[in-house]
Amino acid sequence: MSLLSIEGLTVALPPGGDRPHAIADISLSVDPGEILCVVGESGSGKSITANAMMGLLPKSLPVTSGRIRFEGTDLLALEPEAMRRLRGARIAMIFQEPMTALNPVMRVGDQIAEALRVHGAGRDAARRVPELLAAVNLPDPEALARSYPFRLSGGQRQRVMIAMALALEPALLIADEPTTALDVTTQMQILRLIKEIQSRRGTGVMFVTHDFGVVAEIADRVAVMQHGRIVETGPAKEVLNHPQHPYTRALIAAVPGFPSGEQATAASDARGPMAKDAVLVTRGVEKTYRRGGGWFGKPVTLRAVHDADFTLTRGETLGLVGESGSGKSTLARCIVRLVEPEKGEIAFHGTDLRPLTRIAWKPFRRRIQMVFQDPFASLNPRRTVGDIITEGPMTHGVSRSEALDRARDLLRLVQLDPGAMGRYPHEFSGGQRQRIGIARALAMRPELLIADEPVSALDVSVQAQVLDLLADIRKRLGLTMLFITHDLRVAAQICDRIAVMQRGAIVELGSTAQVFGTPQHAYTKQLLESIPGRGWTPPDLSGTVAA
Amino acid sequence: MDLTRLPGFLAARLAKAAVVILAIVVCNFLLIHAAPGDPASVIAGQSGAADERFLAQLREQFGLDRPLHVQLWIYLKGVLTLDLGFSHRQQLPVWTLIQARLPATLLLTGTAFVFAIVTGVTLGALAARRVGRWADSLITVIALTFYATPLFWIGLMLVLVFSVWLEWLPSFGMSSVGVELHGMAVVLDVAQHLLLPALTLGLFYLAVYARLTRATMLEVADQDFVKTARAKGVPEGRVLRAHVLRNAMLPVITFAGIQAGQLVGGAILVETVFAWPGIGRLAFDALLARDYAVLLGVFFCTSVMVVAFNLVTDLLYAVVDPRVEAVG
Repeated sequence: MSLLSIEGLTVALPPGGDRPHAIADISLSVDPGEILCVVGESGSGKSITANAMMGLLPKSLPVTSGRIRFEGTDLLALEPEAMRRLRGARIAMIFQEPMTALNPVMRVGDQIAEALRVHGAGRDAARRVPELLAAVNLPDPEALARSYPFRLSGGQRQRVMIAMALALEPALLIADEPTTALDVTTQMQILRLIKEIQSRRGTGVMFVTHDFGVVAEIADRVAVMQHGRIVETGPAKEVLNHPQHPYTRALIAAVPGFPSGEQATAASDARGPMAKDAVLVTRGVEKTYRRGGGWFGKPVTLRAVHDADFTLTRGETLGLVGESGSGKSTLARCIVRLVEPEKGEIAFHGTDLRPLTRIAWKPFRRRIQMVFQDPFASLNPRRTVGDIITEGPMTHGVSRSEALDRARDLLRLVQLDPGAMGRYPHEFSGGQRQRIGIARALAMRPELLIADEPVSALDVSVQAQVLDLLADIRKRLGLTMLFITHDLRVAAQICDRIAVMQRGAIVELGSTAQVFGTPQHAYTKQLLESIPGRGWTPPDLSGTVAA
Repeated sequence: MDLTRLPGFLAARLAKAAVVILAIVVCNFLLIHAAPGDPASVIAGQSGAADERFLAQLREQFGLDRPLHVQLWIYLKGVLTLDLGFSHRQQLPVWTLIQARLPATLLLTGTAFVFAIVTGVTLGALAARRVGRWADSLITVIALTFYATPLFWIGLMLVLVFSVWLEWLPSFGMSSVGVELHGMAVVLDVAQHLLLPALTLGLFYLAVYARLTRATMLEVADQDFVKTARAKGVPEGRVLRAHVLRNAMLPVITFAGIQAGQLVGGAILVETVFAWPGIGRLAFDALLARDYAVLLGVFFCTSVMVVAFNLVTDLLYAVVDPRVEAVG
C-alpha cells in the first residue's frame, strides 16, 4: 500500500485569476522509502500541492474536490487539531528559503526542541537535540544548539531545518525546493544528506523542484506539472531519457548540457584573428570591506576581491564563475565603479578607469553597460519601458526622436513588440523584463556588456531563451561580454573562457573546454563534481521540440 | 547579546551621551538668550517701579549684565556640579523646584506609558488575530478615533462626563484639598486624581501601539518561519505568542523608547488641563515669567531623560533581538 496517495485533488484559485484552478485533478502516490520528484516551472502548482498535503493552504485557496490518503486516513476529512498532531510528527516539511524559515529571535536548539515538545516528546529534548544536529552532520552540536539562526550559513540553516523535520521520525518528508537557494556545493551536500537519511530510515520523500539536474540526482519517480496539472509521470530513468509529453520534452531540451571538447575548441578558433585586441585588463584590483570598529574594538575585515587579474579580448565572452560570497559581483561592480576598489588598475582600451573623476568617467559609462540579476527589482516600476530604455541615451546627448527610434529597434532585437514602449514593467513576465533590461543596456551601444547573473531568477525554459538571445546579439553586434554566474552549466553554454573565483581570487582561468575537461584547481574539480545530475546527459531532442 | 562586551559598550555610549548632553545644554542656553526679554524686565514690570536704574540693578544682581560667553561658562560649570542655578522669581534653587515637581510628572506619564503599552499591544494583537472580522474593525475604529482626536478635547470631555455629570472622579489637582488622609487612603485618593489625566495622556499612544502591533503582527504572520512553526505542528495559540508576537514586538520597542524619552516633557497640555502639579506646568509658568534658570533646568532634565531612555532602548533591543549587536 502506498504511504501517501492523492486522488483527483483540485484547489480553486480566487476568481479573477488566469485560470480557475491552482491545481486540477492531481493524482500522485509516494511509497515508503521512495523519492518522488514533482517538477515544474514557477506557477505550475507544485508548491500548492505540497502545502495542501500539510493542510497549510491559505483560506483563499480552498480544496474543492479530491482526497489525500496518508497511512489509510483521509487528511482532508481530519479535524484541525488531529491534522496538527500529524504535522511535524508523521508528515514533516522543509522549505525553500533557509534564510527566513527559522525564527530569528529563537535559539536553534529551542526551535528543534519545540517540535519535540508540541508532540509530547519534550522530556528527551536535551538529549535528542544534539543528536539530531549531529545526524545532519553539523559540527559541535552542543554549541550550535545555543546559537541564533543569523550566526549560521544558508547550508547550515537548511541542515537545522532537516534536523527539525526529522526530529520525530516522520513517515513522509515533503521538501519544497530545499536546495534552490543554496550554492552548488552546499546543494550537493544537502541532496546527499536527504538521500542518506531517507534510505536509512525508509522515509517517503516528496521532493518539489524545478531543476532536472536535481531530479537526475535523487529521484526514483518523477511527476511533471504544468498549469496546475500533471502532464507526465513515471520512473525517473524513463522520464529523463525518454520524455513523452511535449512540455517535458521542451523542459529537458532547455537544460543546458555540457560542451563537448570539439565544440568549445571550434568556438575559440572562430575568433582567431582579432583575439589579441584587449578590451579590458584588470591588474591587482583589491577591495576590502571593514565592518564594526567604533571607538573600542577591532573592525572585522573581509577581502572581497584580490588576485583577480584577467584580460578580456574583443568579441569574447568571459565567464566569471563562483559561489555566493566569492567576490564575482564585487569585481564586476568595481569595473563599473558601483564599488570603489582601493588598489589596482582597470584598463579599458588602455585607459586606467580607477583614478578617473566622476566627470572623466562619464563617457565610459556609455561604453560599459550592465545587465542585472533581478528582473523585478532592476526596472523602475513607475516609468514606462520606453522611458527606461531612452533615458540613458538621452542623458548622453541623443535626441529624443532618435532615442525612441533606437528603442523600437532594440525591442524588436530582443523579440518584444515595439508596442511595449508605453507599458510599465509590472505588465511583463520575468523573462520579458530581463529582455527589457538587455535592451536598456544595449541602447547605450556599449562595447562591453557586463551581465551579472542575468538568468538566475528565471525558469529553465525562459533561461534558455534569454541565453540564446544573448548569444545572438553578441554575434550580431560583436559585443564583448563579462558573464557572471554561479551556474556552471549556464557558463558552459555561453562562455568562451571561464574564470573560477573562490574567496575573492581567481583560482583557475582557461578555455571552457579546458576548465570542464581538465580542471586543474581542486576547487574547480569540487564545483564540477557538485553539479547535480552530472551523470545524466540530457537526451538529444533537437528537431523534435520544434513546436 | 554577548555580555562580555557590555562594559565596553556602556562606556562608549555614556561618553557619547555626555557629549550630546553638553551640546544640548549649550544650544538651549544660546537659544533662550536669543529670545527677546529677560527675567529682570519681567520682575521690574510686575513690581511696577520699572526705571532704568532698578533694571540695571536687577541685571547686575542676577549676573545678566556680563558678556554672554561668561554667563555660559558660569552656567556650564554649575551644570557639571549639578547646580542648575537659582530662580530669582521663586527664590529657590532650580534643582529644588524640579525635585518637587518630578515625582508628580513621572507618576502621571509612567502610568500613561504602561497603560498605553499594555492595552495597545493587547488590542493590536487581538485585532491581528481576528483580522477582517468585526472585532478587528471595532478596534481599528476606536484606535483611529483616539489617534485623530486632540488630547485637550479628550481631557475636557472626560472631565465633563466623569467629574461634572457623573461626579465619580475629581477634575483637577493631585490630591483632595483640605482633607487629612493616611495610609491606603492617600494612595486611593491620588489614584482617583490620576485616572483621568493618565487616561487622557495614554489614549493617543494606546492608538499608536494598537495600530503598530496589528500591522507588524500581520506582516510577521506572513513570514516563512511562522509557516515552519505550523508545519512542526505547533498549536495556533503558541504560534501567535512565541513566534509572531515576539518578532512583532521589535518595532513596538523602538517606538516605546521614543515615548519613554518624552516622559518628563511631554505632558504640558494634560498637566494644564487637569492642574497637575508637574514639570510641564513648571516649564510653562517659567516660560511666561522669563525664568531662564528654571526653563534651562527643565530642558536639561528632559534631554538627560531622552538620552538615557535611548540607551535603555538600545540595550533592550540587543536583549530581545539577538541579531542586533551592541556596538558603540
